[in-house]
Amino acid sequence: MRASFGRRYMVSASHRLHADALSPEENRAVYGKCNNPHGHGHNYVVEVLVGGAVDPETGMVVNMAALDEVVRKRVLDRFDHANLNLDPLFVNQAPTTENLCRAVFELLKDAPPTGELERVRVEETENNFFECYGE
Amino acid sequence: MIYLTRRATFSASHYYWNPSWPEEKNHQVFGRCANRNGHGHNYTLEVTVAGEPDPVTGFVVDLKWLKAVMERDVLDAWDHRHLNLEAPEFAATETAATIPTTENLAIAAWKRLEPAVTVAGGAQLSRVRVYETPEIFAEFRGPHEQVFVRGVDYRGEA
Repeated sequence: MRASFGRRYMVSASHRLHADALSPEENRAVYGKCNNPHGHGHNYVVEVLVGGAVDPETGMVVNMAALDEVVRKRVLDRFDHANLNLDPLFVNQAPTTENLCRAVFELLKDAPPTGELERVRVEETENNFFECYGE
Repeated sequence: MIYLTRRATFSASHYYWNPSWPEEKNHQVFGRCANRNGHGHNYTLEVTVAGEPDPVTGFVVDLKWLKAVMERDVLDAWDHRHLNLEAPEFAATETAATIPTTENLAIAAWKRLEPAVTVAGGAQLSRVRVYETPEIFAEFRGPHEQVFVRGVDYRGEA
């Protein structure tokens, strides 16, 4: 039987939304407060959904401790308490939550010890979130 | 494809009443919701748009823009209003009404939002979800989805 297992992680990070291709005025117009040169931060929630067969012996889609470990190594250690703009992933693209969401999906695509990564959701605030299914 | 969701809250009153039914049947089907003096909820509106992040800005859509569209097209019409009496899509005649159930609110919010999202381009409306309480929500993913019609006389014990 197939089921999905979801796990939520917290990442506190700073970012500044700025596109090198735009002028300073255009950056301020597009990004508003998020273009503040000194950056600002969020408590992001990264929700990882892994789908797969329920192992008849363990009753699990994926071992949570093993999933935690790989998410910690690939995502939390990299982004938590960091400045996203300084990450190589965001040298050529703005660290919007759209781009962060896709980046996390790519980093975790082959990460689940069992099952497959179905979806990554990144909540930027309690009022907005972004989802990537890898399409 | 990235799916971006924005939440907003609004508070409104409503009641459930089908004018083509006798009074007794309205009370039987709708129970406490049929109180003609109305009652209210703190609703949460969740709007999801789908698209590719713009290569320059990294945005699927500008969240400020989406917030403004939700406020202009939905909240301005519904927030702190009586939905049966003040929202045109739920105006009843003597014989017919679109009842402001959570289901119909999700559909009506979709209809209100879809033109602005379509005109703006770059993303499409993917889902509208309306929470009536933290425990109850209805979602609408567009008119293209298959519609299942069920009778309304199903009320009873689960």
